[in-house]
Amino acid sequence: MAQMTMIQAITDAMRTELKNDENVLIFGEDVGQNGGVFRATEGLQKEFGEDRVFDTPLAESGIGGLSIGLALQGYRPVPEIQFFGFVYEVMDAISGQMARMRYRTGNTKTSPITVRSPFGGGVHTPELHADSLEGLMIQQPGLKVVIPSTPYEAKGLLISAIRDNDPVIFLEHMKLYRSFREEVPEEEYTVEIGKAAVKREGTDVTLVSYGAMVHSALKAADELEKDGISAEVIDLRTVMPIDYETVLKSVEKTNRVVVVQEAQRQAGVANHVAAEIQERAILHLEAPVLRVAAPDTVYAFTQAEEVWLPNYNDIIEKVNAVINF
Amino acid sequence: MVNTDEQKKMMENRHHRLGLSDNDILEMYRTMLLARKIDERMWLLNRAGKIPFVVSCQGQEGAQVGASFALDTKRDYVLPYYRDLGVVLAFGMTTKDLMLQGFAKAEDPNSGGRQMPGHFGQKKNRIVTGSSPVTTQVPHAVGIALGFKMEQKDLVSFVTLGEGSSNQGDFHEGANFASVQKLPVIFMVQNNQYAISVPLTKQVACEKISDRAIGYGMPGVTVDGNDPLEVYQAVKEAADRARRGEGPSLIETVSYRLTPHSSDDDDRSYRERGEVDAAKEKDAVLTFAHYLREHNILTEQVEKTMHDEMNQIINEATEYAEQAAYAEPASIYNYVYGE
Ligand SMILES: Cc1ncc(C[n+]2csc(CCOP(=O)(O)OP(=O)(O)O)c2C)c(N)n1
Ligand SMILES: [Mg+2]
Repeated sequence: MAQMTMIQAITDAMRTELKNDENVLIFGEDVGQNGGVFRATEGLQKEFGEDRVFDTPLAESGIGGLSIGLALQGYRPVPEIQFFGFVYEVMDAISGQMARMRYRTGNTKTSPITVRSPFGGGVHTPELHADSLEGLMIQQPGLKVVIPSTPYEAKGLLISAIRDNDPVIFLEHMKLYRSFREEVPEEEYTVEIGKAAVKREGTDVTLVSYGAMVHSALKAADELEKDGISAEVIDLRTVMPIDYETVLKSVEKTNRVVVVQEAQRQAGVANHVAAEIQERAILHLEAPVLRVAAPDTVYAFTQAEEVWLPNYNDIIEKVNAVINF
Repeated sequence: MVNTDEQKKMMENRHHRLGLSDNDILEMYRTMLLARKIDERMWLLNRAGKIPFVVSCQGQEGAQVGASFALDTKRDYVLPYYRDLGVVLAFGMTTKDLMLQGFAKAEDPNSGGRQMPGHFGQKKNRIVTGSSPVTTQVPHAVGIALGFKMEQKDLVSFVTLGEGSSNQGDFHEGANFASVQKLPVIFMVQNNQYAISVPLTKQVACEKISDRAIGYGMPGVTVDGNDPLEVYQAVKEAADRARRGEGPSLIETVSYRLTPHSSDDDDRSYRERGEVDAAKEKDAVLTFAHYLREHNILTEQVEKTMHDEMNQIINEATEYAEQAAYAEPASIYNYVYGE
């Protein structure tokens, strides 16, 4: 096994699938010779040739539409959107078109497309480049939305995404790209889409999170343990469809929940999670489901980023609130 | 001595023929040089860890300044893109303003440090703010021009973009609309041969970006972006045409991006050093200085004074911006909605 960063694990997943399936194609802006502005596709054009890994002109709506056409021809496109803030340029192709292909064609055509894109804050890049826009994507039936938080899961989830016959939006948090390494098998393996993971077991409170905030939740859990509070941490990993079985099982045990996301309160996934829990488990709750989220403003400028982004202290505060409710 | 075309071009007095005085072109050169020097300082500050990000004008100053001088910088509107240091200087943004945006300080007139450097906008100088996705400024420029037309103002809306960005739908939609409505817009594509790492040949299949004008039913010209006088002439004609109510024009200025795409880019992975070195010989900041010297406009004395003054201006602006306050984190809540 090798020690890999998340970005290396992502490259490795693409390499694995380029090898496995000749229909897999990788394209986008600067993904070819340059290997991507974050180096996610480094070396892939050299290894697999310009027909399989190629640069497109600078036009996201075209990249999205092209993906749909290729998918109709039996290919498995893995387009990259250079920053997810630029997804607005390709929203119709994604939400209006690829998401509805199976439905409209009565299951005779699908969109086995994986749209990869970096996003997320804490790396001192301002609005749009750092926005958390997963909430937009989960509102569109037909799309699956995956957000890994570790190198191991990133590789397994990306392989699953590429093999999936429905369109998957695969969001890569920029802060996690190179923040740590872990053991990642060099051979192929999958991590199932639609399955959450219990990242830490606990009995007093459930922290539901995804993406970079999983690490803040784990840190908060470490701190809480010192105060004698046992927190269970769930990493959703797939934010659509959400694995409510895992969430509800935990809620039934702990009776208290805090949902943690980096996106603004009015955005993201936390609202869905909170609503579902109160519908399905209200009698198990000892306190309202609380949310940790960023304020409802445009993504923070650099000087405000640290106070704007949710952190483990915010989580501890909300945990204390549900415990002492 | 061989009398090449290049030398003829240098010796011939081209600026008088264009109606430009010696002083006009000295001012043009001064603006180009200032843009270059500010840009170079930004890189030094970035490498010293003082400013987060740089995206350069280097290699495009001739086109930017030549174009701006052909406009009415006191009345016209400009929708620049992130490399347009030369344009915004010509339209009245100061070195201090630019340094404040480099350092992302509260006093930055562009966005108070809220946007990345290079997202120019300054209401008082009619420099119209834009967003990060490339080419979104193009339809804005068209809307502004439609406003001019409806209000019967003889103003020009000048919008710039890179050649890679001319592949976005926004370019097509804006250009088409402007031409249908015969709007006073000038679309200037600064072709610097690359869109980050992607070379021109992988971006477009037409010979010239200006060929696209045919499809929109407007005039399209390609000019040497390293020749501010040629750019001046093209933009002047387009501006006159726009003010006469004859509609938009597309101008392509061809030059070369002398720096990596930005301070986050390493261009060694996709282009040869030889290519960059060859382009440096055509750098307008050098060739235009040569032209001014040939015509005794840029004397040794003038040049020395100019450099000294500029260095001082840049030093003072840097110092000021470095000391200036950042926006208060709590101000993040301001201006999301009207109060
Ligand atoms: C819609 C959108 N997609 C991608 C980007 C990232 N990006 C910033 S600049 C750039 C290349 C632009 O190339 P070009 O238009 O030729 O302008 P140049 O930088 O060469 O001056 C890219 C891909 C962006 N800002 N907006
Ligand atoms: Mg370019």
